[in-house]
Amino acid sequence: MGRYVLRRLLQMIPVFIGTTFLIFVMVHALGDPVNALFGDRAPDPAVAAQIRAQYNLNDPLWLQYVKYMGKLFQWDFGTTFSGQTVTSQLAAAYPVTLKLTAVAFTIEVVFGIGLGLLSGLRRGRIADNSVLILTLVVISIPTFVTGYVLQYLVGVKWGILPATVGFDVTFQSLLLPGIVLASVSLAYVARLTRTTVAENTKADYVRTAVAKGLPRHRVVINHLLRNSLIPVVTFLGTDLGALMGGALVTERIFNIHGVGYTLYQGIVRQSTNTVVGFVTILVIIFLLANLLVDLLYAVLDPRIRYA
Amino acid sequence: MPSATRVRWAVIAVTSAALVATGCSSSSSSGSGSSGGGTVRAWWGDPQNPLEPANTNEVNGGAVMNMIFAGLIQYDPKTSAASNANADSITSSDQQNWTVTLKPGWKFSDGTPVTASSYVNAWNYGALSTNKQVNASFFQYIQGYNDVAPASGSPTAQTMSGLKVVNDNTFTVALTQKFTTWPQTLGYNAYYPLPASFFSNHAAYLNKPVGDGPYMIQSYTRSQQMQLVPNPDYSGSNKPKNGGINLVVYTDPNAAYSDLQSGALDVDNTLSNTAIKTLAGGPSGGRFLNTPAGIIQTISFPLYQPQWSTANAKLVRQGISMAIDRDTIVKNIFTNTRTSATDWTSPVLGANGFKAGLCGDLCTYNPTMAKQLIQQGGGIPGGQLTISYNADGPHKDWVDATCNSINTVLGNNNACVGNPIGTFADFRNQITSQKMTGPFRTGWQMDYPLIQDFMQPVYTTGGSSNDSHYNNPQFDSQVNTANAAPDAATSVTDFQTAEKMLVTDVPAIPLWYQNGTVAWSSHVSNVMLDPFSVPVYTEITVS
Repeated sequence: MGRYVLRRLLQMIPVFIGTTFLIFVMVHALGDPVNALFGDRAPDPAVAAQIRAQYNLNDPLWLQYVKYMGKLFQWDFGTTFSGQTVTSQLAAAYPVTLKLTAVAFTIEVVFGIGLGLLSGLRRGRIADNSVLILTLVVISIPTFVTGYVLQYLVGVKWGILPATVGFDVTFQSLLLPGIVLASVSLAYVARLTRTTVAENTKADYVRTAVAKGLPRHRVVINHLLRNSLIPVVTFLGTDLGALMGGALVTERIFNIHGVGYTLYQGIVRQSTNTVVGFVTILVIIFLLANLLVDLLYAVLDPRIRYA
Repeated sequence: MPSATRVRWAVIAVTSAALVATGCSSSSSSGSGSSGGGTVRAWWGDPQNPLEPANTNEVNGGAVMNMIFAGLIQYDPKTSAASNANADSITSSDQQNWTVTLKPGWKFSDGTPVTASSYVNAWNYGALSTNKQVNASFFQYIQGYNDVAPASGSPTAQTMSGLKVVNDNTFTVALTQKFTTWPQTLGYNAYYPLPASFFSNHAAYLNKPVGDGPYMIQSYTRSQQMQLVPNPDYSGSNKPKNGGINLVVYTDPNAAYSDLQSGALDVDNTLSNTAIKTLAGGPSGGRFLNTPAGIIQTISFPLYQPQWSTANAKLVRQGISMAIDRDTIVKNIFTNTRTSATDWTSPVLGANGFKAGLCGDLCTYNPTMAKQLIQQGGGIPGGQLTISYNADGPHKDWVDATCNSINTVLGNNNACVGNPIGTFADFRNQITSQKMTGPFRTGWQMDYPLIQDFMQPVYTTGGSSNDSHYNNPQFDSQVNTANAAPDAATSVTDFQTAEKMLVTDVPAIPLWYQNGTVAWSSHVSNVMLDPFSVPVYTEITVS
């Protein structure tokens, strides 16, 4: 177990260097960011030269990357063109996104698995069919449509929940974006759970458990559900990363200053430091989430062992 | 929706601040204006550059600069007329050597006095190239600018020789050329004074800038929000009529509009096209304004390309201008938030240089004449017109409409196509490095309400925004004449004489003047926009 984790952690190093370098190259492919700072005015050559020197823009790309990584290992992520340190951007954006992810992830897990279990146990009945129809509808509507419609109805027209999140991030204000963000994944989780639960109800060990005379809730929760969750956990693990980095659409609709939005701003303003800094942290989260998923397999299924 | 519900939810959102995101607690009075605090909650965008006067060249940073600073000159939000703010007088006998005297007794909000040195030090800081201020070129008319910001290499001097402090309330400025309307340019934020703390503790200053304006910053969380309260030390005439401004950064115009509708935002001056269509339809209850701003949109031609610099190409350019049905595009694409252009300036200039109809037939839709001129000029160089624009801005619709108009006139569906370029940065790179082969979109937002600002930087040889690289010695010398005119009125007429040369040369086609739009909640009143399309925050009253 310990050796397995260590090996996995060591594997992360080349992945980490590779991804950061790729992102670095991609942001640079967008061209020289200095001209855009001057708007519709041609930059003063003296000032533009000074700015290029400050951000090492005159060096060859590989040297810029080496300089950047050198600073990164001293926990210096650099600054944006507005003079804000990327570390302070990270400190502002990640907690917000973590809260949003926590809300969305909870909704996704509770309702996704709950609905999936319900329809899996009652295959072919009304409950099953309505869950299938509901999830089909949710999957087929793009997030921004659900986002704007719910925002207008719940936030503006009925005034039940705040329409946007903004500066003071409260649980109430995160509820609406959480639902929107969770909706599509929730549908996938429900369908995945339903299929595996439906398959496993016919399995020998479930029949044995029923024959032993175990109470129904113990059969369902300890025997049936636990074994059915392995593919669901795999999906949830990768989805956790996607929720953190890919919440851009939801974040823009609900005015959430989280990771997705800050990353988007970084790309628009061609602030390499912001983009690479945020992606670096995202890559680490992705890698750790995947490791966690692999370790969870062993917890769910005692037959899986890591040497 | 009943307004009571709106208020209740706004209040709940504020009071349940237990889950504050970043730990920077600011539960003071944000959004509690409805309970009598008198605070205005206004839309804001994240400034692109650090909040330094000489480093702020876009509207979001500019809005804050105008609130926390007062300069020598201020502009009337309605007429654009310049009047003295901190300046007592700005005089010259030869239009080149100026003496500036200050009104005594003005203070920065940290209690230190505003003196002649506050200006001279600020201007020297702004011009010195190693300080990397994007507005450095605004000091180029001052003697010694080339020593502090040489085109290549390190500066050979730290201060400009043209600036001299005479006493606490007087300083002199020597310019490199005659410039009659120079005092009227000084309302631009690059010319604001700076307190001593700016130089002594720069990092701390940037976290909470200090100025001498009507407001001062109470709290500032970068890229999130800024709370401003009236500055008790302010000595000028624009005293705030509200209890403060709370600027909120929005990720998206639609998010802001949703907040405006639900009562969580008071002033919204970045409305999406859909919102404008709805508001113009009537349900705003009169709380919507669509008013001209000092912005003109044009299409420029790469006159550095041989195929565009010939005498025949001139006829083609004239023809293209006449082939654009401005009125229809303005109405259908822009919902009347633009006005068809009839000169190369802006209506907000008023007596400072706007002349309706100066462009004449050139800016009037005339399909037959247009076709005739283009054919006479040998057709479009290269056979096809490509209009380049940056795809990250809202330009696709009108470029396509403009091309459509040209195609209809020429009876050829492929005569004109749009050419999107991924980002604004890349777009500007291609323009400044002279890589354009066909026309491209250009926009000019004025820095100060003077015709000089619409002519000199944009159309003189070597001008900082002369993107088409228009080169006409007659135009240049007429601009010099205008700058050396004995008084402002003569200067304006002289500039208009220069502007008339653009009618035949057409380095750029005037398209339309851009308006500013703003909508506000029932919680505030007396909202208007200044000529820079920024809300006049000091005048807003809270009910």
